[in-house]
Amino acid sequence: MVTHTSDLHYAPTLSDAVDWSPYLAGAGIGVLSWIVFAAVDQPIGITTALSQLAAGAAIPIFGSDSVSANSYWAKNPFVLDYGVIFLAGTLLGALASALLSRRFHIETVPSVWREHFGPSVAKRLTAAFLGGILTMFGARLAGGCTSGHGISGGLQLALSSWVFLAVMFPVGIATAHLTFRRRA
Amino acid sequence: MFIIMVGLTFAAFGLLFGFAFGWLLHRGKVTDYNVIIDQFLLRDFTVLKVMLTAIIIGGIGVLALHQSGWANYHIKDANLLAVVLGASIFGVGMVIYGYCPGTGLAAIGTGSIHALVGALGMITGGILYALSFDWMQAHVLTVWRFGKVRLPDLTGIPDLVWFIGLTATAIAFFVFIERHAVPSHLRRSSR
Repeated sequence: MVTHTSDLHYAPTLSDAVDWSPYLAGAGIGVLSWIVFAAVDQPIGITTALSQLAAGAAIPIFGSDSVSANSYWAKNPFVLDYGVIFLAGTLLGALASALLSRRFHIETVPSVWREHFGPSVAKRLTAAFLGGILTMFGARLAGGCTSGHGISGGLQLALSSWVFLAVMFPVGIATAHLTFRRRA
Repeated sequence: MFIIMVGLTFAAFGLLFGFAFGWLLHRGKVTDYNVIIDQFLLRDFTVLKVMLTAIIIGGIGVLALHQSGWANYHIKDANLLAVVLGASIFGVGMVIYGYCPGTGLAAIGTGSIHALVGALGMITGGILYALSFDWMQAHVLTVWRFGKVRLPDLTGIPDLVWFIGLTATAIAFFVFIERHAVPSHLRRSSR
């Protein structure tokens, strides 16, 4: 289907031994979707379960009474169900893959960030925290993230999910080109 | 007893399927901050390759499962003002965070400290959304509401035609990308 002419120009490295073709990884996620749809009758998704964890984190802050009185958390209560365990599985699966491929490494400031914003750890962690807030808020408002909308909704040809993809990618591309224009 | 068994089976499935998902995200390199940012800077198309392939392969299989009665659809509500606003906030947030929720959680497993801090941000964002939910429901979530609609229902174009079109578009796009895009490891700006 796809030519790999560019691969002829460099010597094999560790990347070639460990990294799968992105098409193979994508096909794997597609096949995993078949199994998940058939076995547990729900699509792959992240942020519904993440908002259940947010409910758990809110209990010590606001008290369990106000959390259960909240209309959103009444629908997404703090329970350790399939979706929450799926999140733990996702983290563990990547951990296992990273350890077995000897790719596990502690990273605080990634290279592309450093090229543009410098080596400050505090700066990167602040951005990650604020970006995390926006990412989750946006995902919940839209009704899903790159997994729930992008992949699971996209593969079901859902109108909402294709609108999500058609808005999210151009906004992300514009944001990246504006923020990563300068160099450190 | 039966309920406990079902619960345990679901828990085991959650761990197994999540594990496979995290493994695939890492092997596909999308747990790498640089790969995700380079996608939005249009310097590396790994993210789109993974996503479009997953959508096409997954979609054709789920369509077959659905038509033979093995799977149900789970369509999200097309309340389009919320989707457009949410997707915009998400697009900005994902570039600042450097991960989406799934790849962020997976990246924690690969040793990314900033992914972990961003996950705490996501928990905070989840709390903020729950607190603003009543206002959103009153003002945003009910605007431009088309319901749980699928593109084949909306357009009258059959599922299979959508997937043939999507596959043809994706192949043309990928062939173009593989011919013209410079692989990230050959770029001057190193990682």
